[in-house]
Formats: sequence, structure tokens, C-alpha cells
Amino acid sequence: MLPDDPLRRVLYIDLGKRKFWVEERPDLFERWLGGVGVAMHLLTEHCPAGADPLGPENPIIMAVGPLVGLYPMASKTIATFKSPHTGNLGESHAGGRSAVALRMAGYGALVIQGVSKTPIYLAIDGDQVHFRDASALWGLRSSYTVGDVLRNREPGAGERTIMRIGRAGEKQISYACVITETYRHFGRLGLGAVWGSKQLKALAISGRRALSVADRKAYRTTYDEVFKAATESDLMKKYHDLGTAMNVLPLNAIGALPTRNVQSGRFEQAETISGEHLAEQYLGRRLACAHCPVACIHLAALRVQHPKEPFFYKTVMLGYDHEPIYALGSMLGIGNPAGMLQLLDEVEIQGLDAMSTGVVLAWATEALEKGFISTVETDGVLLTWGNWSNYILAVRKIVAQPNDFYRALGRGVEHAASIYGGIEFALAFGGNEMPGYHTGPAGHLGYLTGARHSHLDSAGYSLDQKILAQGGELTPQSVARALLQEERWRQVLASLSVCFFARGVYTPEIVRKTLQTAGFDLSIESLNRLGSEILALKHTFKAREGFDIAQVRIPQRILETESPLGQIDETFMRQTLAEWTQLTAL
Amino acid sequence: MPKRLSAVDIDRCVGCQSCMFACMRRSGEGGLAGACIGVHSAGGISRGFVVIVCRACADPPCARVCPTDALTPREGGGVHLKAELCIGCGNCRTACPFGAVFWEPQQNKPQICVYCGYCARYCPYDVLAHEEIVR
Repeated sequence: MLPDDPLRRVLYIDLGKRKFWVEERPDLFERWLGGVGVAMHLLTEHCPAGADPLGPENPIIMAVGPLVGLYPMASKTIATFKSPHTGNLGESHAGGRSAVALRMAGYGALVIQGVSKTPIYLAIDGDQVHFRDASALWGLRSSYTVGDVLRNREPGAGERTIMRIGRAGEKQISYACVITETYRHFGRLGLGAVWGSKQLKALAISGRRALSVADRKAYRTTYDEVFKAATESDLMKKYHDLGTAMNVLPLNAIGALPTRNVQSGRFEQAETISGEHLAEQYLGRRLACAHCPVACIHLAALRVQHPKEPFFYKTVMLGYDHEPIYALGSMLGIGNPAGMLQLLDEVEIQGLDAMSTGVVLAWATEALEKGFISTVETDGVLLTWGNWSNYILAVRKIVAQPNDFYRALGRGVEHAASIYGGIEFALAFGGNEMPGYHTGPAGHLGYLTGARHSHLDSAGYSLDQKILAQGGELTPQSVARALLQEERWRQVLASLSVCFFARGVYTPEIVRKTLQTAGFDLSIESLNRLGSEILALKHTFKAREGFDIAQVRIPQRILETESPLGQIDETFMRQTLAEWTQLTAL
Repeated sequence: MPKRLSAVDIDRCVGCQSCMFACMRRSGEGGLAGACIGVHSAGGISRGFVVIVCRACADPPCARVCPTDALTPREGGGVHLKAELCIGCGNCRTACPFGAVFWEPQQNKPQICVYCGYCARYCPYDVLAHEEIVR
């Protein structure tokens, strides 16, 4: 690390005592690079074993890596915490301007501890930290308004990040998210609920500084190499053109698009919620995260008519991606794009994770259909496939919590099904709701083994699709090895806090070169070793908090509904998990 | 003819900041502290962006209010900064209606665009152009 690199500075904020201080931790960044490596280490340091995820002892860690502010697409902030959703490792990544803002404010990591007695928001501007009263913001109907208010009250327009929670976070719904720059999210595993438990409503970060490099000429040359690969090659084309929504039709074509709670892998109305259709009919603007030329954020311009006035419309801008389309579209049998977008709007207003919300509602719909629950439980809301306006009512009730049933829904599908039945069609993996790929065994094994039970941990869905396209055979050994190898390398990328969409650009050699100009001299071998070590840190944390892969539930439904690679065999799944356990124990 | 930067179609801006980082990189640094081009949202990013860049005025107000002649008009439009003459009074910053006089707080001096066009080369969506000044 370069001697003047502010990355080494860790900002500590104690919400209870309203104090802050900075600790210089060059050791930490030299050893773990930044991003997820440092965030995992800080979590291990500050989160006591058995901590209550919604108690004062649960810290909120946010960290960025050395390439942020130097290279394009190094745009992610990695948050770690103990998850109120799974009761285990909480890790969530978000882009927007969060990473560049934290780095420009002069920090590599942020540790928020304690609980505030009254609602509060934090404004960090370089070396200053302001504890600002947020009691007037608490309970605001819409998460959008929080952003609007802070935009006018805090400095740093254009370079700042404004993170906030909605009502879902305030109410500590276990899958409440933290929204940053309106369209990006720390979506999964309930960071929003942790904020809510600390009465932390929002966090604005701004700052402006220069960063030195080890070799100016090499910096410019390497930058151009990365920039060219991002803008001129095909590596980022998919994200650039249609965005992640381009996955909808190909997945549907192979029968991998989870539909109506995975009763099918094909949705007959996939066309109307596809990336192609949305781009043609609704795409109103494209946006980028800070320092990313790709601009994968696609905003739909949705014209909504006034309920009574005939010639009166408003236009809502909504970010769409594959995962919300799957969760709030095909998974709920919604083929009306305007309806799907309005449902998504409500989810954003409340500040819920779109993926978990969709899966929870899909389970509730099937549970109602099959008689596990009645409209008494749903508080009069008739949940039927495709009925988006009723789903909007249900989303509001998940947050408003009018009865025991919605209180159960507010803790996730695993919890709700454990009370009301229907666990065989409750689509959660390690307690986290399913992502939008029913591609085959490797996809699901990725959700089961991944440290945060996310499709992004090890991309098993991509392994399935490769086998489908190129032929070959999956064996428990090959799947376990491939998943582990991918997840280990992704720890390196997440430590640099490079966006995973740019993984094709940031090859091991490019990672080595970019790091060198930032003053980190590491061989590819040592990078690989670091990846294994970070993943091992996660596994140690998970084991400490009681996670046991041998006890993990495989939802019956994924074994029943045929995947593109045929019926998924439970024995194969268990064998792979055993293989994976052996490999990680080494 | 001298050149300047212009924002050709601001509605195409995605807010990627590639131009701002390019401005820093030109002098061999990362980060944003000394960037002479700024991008911010037009009241929330759903409404798009505003790009702030020196438009190389024919009769630049920033130069007119400079008490030490640190800022002098450039032939054809725009200004030239002699940093050694600057006393950091900040008049220039107040005088520019666009906010295109950026400020370097450590040095307490303005950051003035030199019209090199390096940033425009990194604009992926042709928002920026480096073009000859036509009056």
C-alpha cells in the first residue's frame, strides 16, 4: 500500500455515545486488501459470538478496496453484519456512488456500533461526522422522500452517496434493504432491519481528494487497457445493452425461469416482461454507478394514470433488473409489465428486498391456493397468480404487520412455512429466498453452499448453462470443485470491490497489474491464496454462528419441477454437498 | 482556432464520472480532488444530469474579477491561470454563473480547465466534445 493511501483509515462511529474516531489499520489492508476481506475481518473482530442481529452488539461494517477511485468498475461497497434474516453471516454489496464516496471521504472502511436512543441520520463529509436528528424522517411513507430531503440538506452534489432505509427497515422486517442513490441496494439478508434496530435512517457520505499511484505512466496505460475492455470489447455488452433483464427470455427458453413459485420453469408471458420488451416500451434512461462507463442501470419510465382524473398522468422512473423481474414477475405469474413495475415501485417505497418479497408472496399464494391458509390470515387479500394490485396490498401489509400471519411473512418464507406449513414449496436456501434461476443442480448447489446463499457467490447457474450448451456431465466432484474455485476468486474481486459484472475484464493478470499501480505487489498465486483465506474466514464465522451444511434443507419443489438439465436428483445434491464439505475442510 | 469543451447532449449523460476521473489522471493521479469538470444530478438521478465545464467565454467574468491578474483571458475565449499570482480570494468562483471554477481546498486555489479535451476521449456516450470555438 502506498504510504499516503487513505484506504488504511477506518472510521468508527458509536451511535449510542454519539462519538466517532479514526483508526489507522495499514496491517488490515496490507493483509486483506479491502472490501470483503477487510469487512469480514472487521466483522469477526467486532461481532461477538451469538450476537443478537438486532441488538446493539451487532456492528455494521462497510468497506471498499484499493482500486476504488483509481479504476473503472471498482464501484462496490461491501457491507457485513450479522443477518437478522438467517441469523448468520450477513453480507451485501451495493454500487451507486457509495464506494467512490467512501473512498473520497478518506476511508477504507466504516464501522457503525451501538444503538441510537432517537432516530438519527449520519452525515460524513471528509473528516467531519455529523449526528443529525431524524425523528421527523422516521415513519415517512416513502423511501424516495428520504433521499429528496437529504439531497437538499447535505453537501457534495454529484459525488456523495445517500443511503437510506424505508419503513420496512424501521419495522425491522428481516429482509428490509438499504437503498443507495435510489436505484441500487444493499438488497439481501436484511441490512435495512439492522439499521432500523439502531434507529439509523440514513447515511450521507461525501468528500473529494486525490489518490497517488505507484507509477503514473503505468497507471494511465493500465487504465486504458481496462477502459477499452469495458467499452470496446463484448465483455460488458450484455449489461450495457439490455442490462441483466436480457436473461429473461433465454432462461425461459431453456425452462429455467422460476414461474409461479417454481411450479414451472417456463412463463407463457415471459415476452412481455423481457428485457427486450421493457427496453422497447419503457426504457426511459440509463444510469451508471460512479466510475463505471457501462451504465447497466436501466430505468423504466412508467406512465401512471390518476385514479379519477381522465387527462392526468404521472411518470415514475423505476430501475429494473433480472432478479426483480423474476421475483415480482414470473414467480408471481405477473405478465403485465406495467403491473409488475407498479408492484416493484411499492417494494421500493417500503424498502424491501425485491427478491425475498417475491418469493414470500409466491409461497403465500400457493399456500392460499392449497388451503394451508385462508383470507383470514391474509387479512382479506386474495392472492392469486398475476393479480398485481392485490400483491401491492400484501406488500403494504408485510410492512404494516396487521396480524400474526404478516408478522411471520416479515421474517421470510422459511419462518412463515415453519408455522403455517407448505415447507416443501418454501423456496429458501440457507434461510435466504431463491434467486431467479432454476437451471439445474449446480445453480441450487451454489445457493446452498455460497457463504451468503446468493447466486452471485459462485454462479452455479452459469455452470448448468455451460453444460446445457456444450454438453458434458456434472459430477459431485466437478460441481463442488467449480463452485469453490469460483467463490474463492470472487473473494478477490470483492476485496478490490470490483463489480462482479466486470469479472470478465478483471482477469487475474489485470488484477495483478492494476493492484501494482495502486502500490500492492501481489502474485496471482498469492491472490488465489487470499481468496481461499477470505472464504475460510466466512466459513469460520458461519460455523461459529451455528451453520451446518449437513443440516441444510433442500426445498422439495426444486426436485419436482424439471430443470433444463432434467429432474434434479437429491442423492446427487447430497453427494455434492459432502464433497464440498471435504474440500472446504482441507 | 482555440478549442473548448462542450456538452453536446446532456440528456445522454449516465453520470459515470469517467470525464472527472480522466481530468485527474491527465496529471497522473486518481481520485477527484482537482477535477475541472463536474457532473451532478438534475435534482435526483431519475431526472438526469448536469455537466459543469468551462465554456470558454469570450469575455470571461472570472478574469474580470481577478485582483491579481492570475486569471487572464485566453485568445479566442476562456482563461489562463498563473497559479503563482493567485491569492486564493475566490472572486472567480463567485463570478462564474456555471460553477465551473472548481476549488482545490488544500492549495486554496481555483482549478481551471485547460481545454485539453482529455476528458472527452473517455466519454462513452458522446456527451462531451472537444471542438473549435465558433462565435
